[in-house]
Amino acid sequence: MNQENNQEEKSFWEKLLSIDRRIIFLFIAVAIAVPLFFKVSMHIPVTPIVRGVYDAIEELPAGSKVLVSFDYDPGSMPELQPMAEAFFRHCFRKDLKVIIMGLWPQGPLQANMALEEVFKDEDIKAKNLQYGIDYVNLGFTAGNEVVIDRMGHSFEESYPKDGQGTPLSELPLMKGVKNYDNVDLIYSLSAGYPGTQEWVQYAVDVFHVKLAAGNTAVQAPSMYPYVQTGQLAGVLGGMKGGAEYETVLGIPGIAVRYMFSQAVAHAVICLFIIIGNLAFFSLRKRKRS
Amino acid sequence: MRREVPLVLTAMVGLTMIIAHFIPPLNILKDMFEDWFFIIAAFAIYLGVLNLLRINADKIYKKQRDWPFGIVVILGFLVITIPGLFFSGGRSFSEVGTPFYYLYIHVYYPLSATMFALLAFFVASASYRAFRARNVEATMLLVAAFVLMLGRVPIGDWITVWLPEGYRLGNAADWIMDFPQTAGQRAIMIGIALGLVSSALRVILGLERTYMGGD
Repeated sequence: MNQENNQEEKSFWEKLLSIDRRIIFLFIAVAIAVPLFFKVSMHIPVTPIVRGVYDAIEELPAGSKVLVSFDYDPGSMPELQPMAEAFFRHCFRKDLKVIIMGLWPQGPLQANMALEEVFKDEDIKAKNLQYGIDYVNLGFTAGNEVVIDRMGHSFEESYPKDGQGTPLSELPLMKGVKNYDNVDLIYSLSAGYPGTQEWVQYAVDVFHVKLAAGNTAVQAPSMYPYVQTGQLAGVLGGMKGGAEYETVLGIPGIAVRYMFSQAVAHAVICLFIIIGNLAFFSLRKRKRS
Repeated sequence: MRREVPLVLTAMVGLTMIIAHFIPPLNILKDMFEDWFFIIAAFAIYLGVLNLLRINADKIYKKQRDWPFGIVVILGFLVITIPGLFFSGGRSFSEVGTPFYYLYIHVYYPLSATMFALLAFFVASASYRAFRARNVEATMLLVAAFVLMLGRVPIGDWITVWLPEGYRLGNAADWIMDFPQTAGQRAIMIGIALGLVSSALRVILGLERTYMGGD
């Protein structure tokens, strides 16, 4: 009888270990999708590494020029787009001038998407921001880190015209902007190569500009050494970083809203790992005995 | 000559880029080589497009395996390129409201995001099957992953709310990120940098020739 029970238990654990992956997929889908329909208010503490980004922008006086590089594509949009929108809101509310560029072909389009969303805000709409005066989109240029290097000497060498084909010399915002010396802060939104690492190596180390970054959760850990050495003012890592930034800014947006979904998904994955390990140890114990 | 010319060019450009960093007058040469790079990078895009079309057209013509996908690739290319080139206002094709922008938002963005989102499912499935506490090292990795996965989302602080402030899962996750993780990253970065220097030297000196497609 006891042996029969053992046999049943063994088959249960074995079954559990060889569970169809579509069942796991279903659990994950439910864990991600269902929380999206609930509005759960969560306390999101702001870490020093995120506060570094906030402080870097906050300490700039009105009228300062910020260069933002959009180096990602729609694949990384859930993580980086909330950061981009929050960044634009922060800059425009502080009356900073924003110069947009992209080392990835999709980057300038992502910037336009973020701008379209931000311009729906009543307070930003009221500012009546003008293209070419308050912000400008230089578009994409092929050349990766060489673009960054050349911009250290002259923006016009890498971007003779903006994304709409207007020569930089005809844009009021770009008057007096020759190179990084005329920019107060660079903000790199990146999901890989070329991205924040190249900005650190070719702009910060060579031209001593101030740099802050927003990265995907996968990429962010490799930026921590740069923050400790002061080469980066701060990093927003993944959706969590975006949510912290929205929190410190006092404008909860999509990152804060989606954190509940991410939290449930993480909890479900942890649960699966526990179950997998329980099954593993149970089978190992049985084999030994 | 087919081998010597690329070798000499590589050595010349590589050495100039290094020396120009220390001798500013040589920046003229550095700038010239960077101009060459811009031109090559721009042509690489056209080359990529032509190659994509040629390979897929060839596949369709010869009715090779999965040739219908070739039609999808070429159609997809034309559907996004023609509105971008001819119906979206020229250079301002990426502006809000153009047909190209519409296609980007409603076709390219959902497709691209879907492909990336599939990762979440595979990561969950792989974690379930492979993340085992088989030995001490694997257990340490597992514990660190657990702390990070729960500590990086608000749920971590919820389940450890009974602990004093500073000792909760969120704080533990921050500590792992700030110290052990950063130390490991730094070691990896120094290793990679040394490897890159040695590889670059091998390329410049002509010892490493695989980039030419041989040896």
